Amino acid sequence: MREFEYFAPKTVKEALSLLSQYEEEAEIIAGGQSLLVIMRQGLFTPKYLIDVKGISALDYINRDEGKGLRIGALTIHRAIEKSPIIQRHFKVLSEMEGNLATIQTRNWGTIGGNLCHGDPAGDPAPVFIALMAKLKLASLGQERIMEVEEFSKDYLEVALEPNEMLVEIQVPTPPPNTGTAYEKLTVMKGDMGIVGAAVSITLSSEDGVCKDARIALSNASSIPLRVREAERQLIGKVLNDDLLAEAGQVASEEAETTSDVHGSAEYRREMVKVFVRRAARKALERARAG
Amino acid sequence: MNGELKELKLTINGKPYELKVKPQALLVDVLRKNLRLTGTKQGCLTSSCGACTIVIDGKAVKSCSILALQANGHEVTTIEGLADGDKLHPIQEAFIEHGAVECGFCTPGRVMSAKALLDENPNPTREEIREAMQSNLCADEGYVKYIEAVEIVVKKTQGGS
Repeated sequence: MREFEYFAPKTVKEALSLLSQYEEEAEIIAGGQSLLVIMRQGLFTPKYLIDVKGISALDYINRDEGKGLRIGALTIHRAIEKSPIIQRHFKVLSEMEGNLATIQTRNWGTIGGNLCHGDPAGDPAPVFIALMAKLKLASLGQERIMEVEEFSKDYLEVALEPNEMLVEIQVPTPPPNTGTAYEKLTVMKGDMGIVGAAVSITLSSEDGVCKDARIALSNASSIPLRVREAERQLIGKVLNDDLLAEAGQVASEEAETTSDVHGSAEYRREMVKVFVRRAARKALERARAG
Repeated sequence: MNGELKELKLTINGKPYELKVKPQALLVDVLRKNLRLTGTKQGCLTSSCGACTIVIDGKAVKSCSILALQANGHEVTTIEGLADGDKLHPIQEAFIEHGAVECGFCTPGRVMSAKALLDENPNPTREEIREAMQSNLCADEGYVKYIEAVEIVVKKTQGGS
């Protein structure tokens, strides 16, 4: 691994001061479960590495009905998976985490690190997009809020300014009669998805019509991809399995899949169809159950 | 300055250590090369095989995917910390008795995954054992006996229930 200078700030403010001092030359490391792999391969060679893993103030999960869920950026995956609050109110997040890499990785890797790595194959981003989550980004003396959907710019590129860091993920309380599910295609449990689909469906409590739908894909583009045309196949309709299949079909047309050792672009497109329908069925079942 | 040695203080197997390491040193390298704790194995270096699994603050982690400096102030347990003198840890005994060892390269990592599991959950289901050992790969096709060995430990410590 290339040499770098290392800092381990203990507070957000210290971390932000270092970032504003070194800007483009600095990189943040949290759990490093993704970053160290590409640093070892020499694909990434920061001059200054700011290790934020020890900032315990950003390790929290709390929730209230009005504000929704708040997750500190340095919360480890395993804590989200095992959190009784999340298991009860945001089951899809716990399920997604339970199938994200392996226990060892989930024990050290953080949710914020995962999002900032910007890998389109990552599982959390599409689920957060389906849940209408927002991110709190901080720089010295400033904060701004951004939708998760806006955060990814390109493969491994996110919308953080050089002096900014992600501090919190904010997930609103879903409207009544909403169901959300995430399904991904893997060879082995815990693998990166060859493709994945997060679907959220909200039904009207009066007539059961689909009031809102959000669908986001993993590993089907250079970013976690929201497929709005596919969503439009569902909104305003009384849902049935044919409509869910239609949404899958449209999503596969919207996907920008590429080929790699795990599957060809064509195969991925087919699988988008299957996995959108699969996640949509589960989301619908959950929405109907309230 | 770039590459300047940094101070690292941590506890390993109950003993405090203070040493100086390069910022880019991985924890597995410091354990094996600086401290000669070679029980922890270095396998793939891509966070895939689990041979380098150790326990930090009670949780199983991969020491090839953590900078040594990130362990500063933490409590590390490696395979060397399990036996009490000549008396093996029950997990080690069960692995030997049940023949859950083939070439042995992945064994320390597996034992550490099992240790973290049983410390947190002394009475796991077979599924929970499988999940905990999921990321400890074996090139000799030996997956069943490792799981059974952990089940033997559970039976013994849970009074045969």
